[in-house]
Amino acid sequence: MNETALPPIPAPSVETKPYWDGLAAHRLMIQACAECGKLRHYPRPVCDACFSLAVRWQELSGQGTVHSWTVTHHAFHPGFRDALPYTLVTVDLAEGVRLNAQWRGADPALRLGLAVRIGFEAGAGGFTLPVVLPD
Amino acid sequence: MSLRAKGAITGIGETAYLRGTERSALSLQMEAALAAIADAGISPRDIDGIIPYALGAVAEDFITNFAIPDLRFSAVTPMGGASAVAAIQAASAAIAAGICQHVLVTLGRTGYSGGRIGLRVAQMPQFRTITEFEMPLGAIGPAQLYAPMARRHMEMFGTTSRDFGEIAVATRAHAARNPRATMKKPITLEDHAASRMIADPLRLFDCSLESDGGTAFVVSAADRARDMPHPAVIVRGIAEGHPDSPSAITQRPDMTRLGIAKAAPRAFAMADMTPADIQVAEIYDCFTYIVLCQIEDLGFCAKGEGGGFVRDGAIGPGGRLPVNTHGGLLSQAHMAGMNHVVELVRQLRGDAGDAQVAGAMRGLVTGYGDMGDGSVAIMERAG
Ligand SMILES: [Zn+2]
Repeated sequence: MNETALPPIPAPSVETKPYWDGLAAHRLMIQACAECGKLRHYPRPVCDACFSLAVRWQELSGQGTVHSWTVTHHAFHPGFRDALPYTLVTVDLAEGVRLNAQWRGADPALRLGLAVRIGFEAGAGGFTLPVVLPD
Repeated sequence: MSLRAKGAITGIGETAYLRGTERSALSLQMEAALAAIADAGISPRDIDGIIPYALGAVAEDFITNFAIPDLRFSAVTPMGGASAVAAIQAASAAIAAGICQHVLVTLGRTGYSGGRIGLRVAQMPQFRTITEFEMPLGAIGPAQLYAPMARRHMEMFGTTSRDFGEIAVATRAHAARNPRATMKKPITLEDHAASRMIADPLRLFDCSLESDGGTAFVVSAADRARDMPHPAVIVRGIAEGHPDSPSAITQRPDMTRLGIAKAAPRAFAMADMTPADIQVAEIYDCFTYIVLCQIEDLGFCAKGEGGGFVRDGAIGPGGRLPVNTHGGLLSQAHMAGMNHVVELVRQLRGDAGDAQVAGAMRGLVTGYGDMGDGSVAIMERAG
């Protein structure tokens, strides 16, 4: 009865748009401080290391390891009812920040530290979303 | 100047807690507020400070409904479930500064009949990054956002779902002794293990209720409390704490450490007490895991030892540290921790009926909310 329900769709701001534009091009673009180089996610105006407002965007390798995960069995939103059960993985990216995304591995034998990589998949509303693949 | 013993909880009030109502949240809030004020033995017009819960009635509603002649202080402490105890700190500060004498803290909600929590998150400005970056991935509800903390704790320290079950079972056993609890039927560890998986590792019986009702309390100047109707319950230690990466659990350096880990040492130092002095604890329980993590962060045991601490009924009736003697959010009602404050006051007054912890003179109450904010109050009955 919710066949037409869509998952929530991102509403990028001027500060976050480069991240979404990067995903659309199948590139993992993450915000970095243009003064000291510290990476940060999620995007925000100020570097917490040097308080610079200057920003650049850096492409990451997409390589990482599992920090934690959860398997959802309950439909918290009608747009995800058909996807149940699905696994969300929190990934420690090799360059230092973390990323959440759905797991696309065949075997859900997840463990802390498991090597994974980020992939890309078409999502709702014309957006591209990150996914987590076994490395 | 310290806030130690500057404030006292002098009045408590609750509506009936329901799962289904046609009344407005505002009406429930007013009923609870009037009950708390009457319990304190003062007039609604004596209220000179107000801290309403951040979502709902505003100070102006109380001025209008009670014809308060001279409100001198109003604030909000928008920390979700940590708000109620954080409000005790704000009230104590206002009292200590001489701004006001009687601060009303209130909440009314139709969490069962009205908007559910998963939908409320998307509307809150502190969660705009979650709304943009995690909800489109399918991370919508608090259970899903908190589950990775619980999973990491399990993987790091060997904590098990059965440990979470111990908390659910103990809490329900307390609720069975409280006529005000909405869920009183006893449950077993097997019932917990058989309950529906929601967001692994969190099962249905790891999750709190959604409830309709209102809860309120009055924080008064401690030097006035001795002349008021009930035994004075003095706030001896009070603090709030915010975790690193407060709004995005995903990015938190240590996912197994909550904001209360920063607040607890300050509150215990202010009170000149240690966890060993605490006889009863009302610990915010939106999910069982959050209780376990706070037990560690409060210093009742070391990080990673919470599973061992709660085993074998240790936090149930008659246990070494009775926790959530009213049934908490898991079994009494979800009043965002306001009901935890009310219950601690009842315990320290000796008015908790069948749920009473014998001889309880010192206890603590915590709040947890908005993805990790924490607050803790240590209270003592005046001797
Ligand atoms: Zn910088």
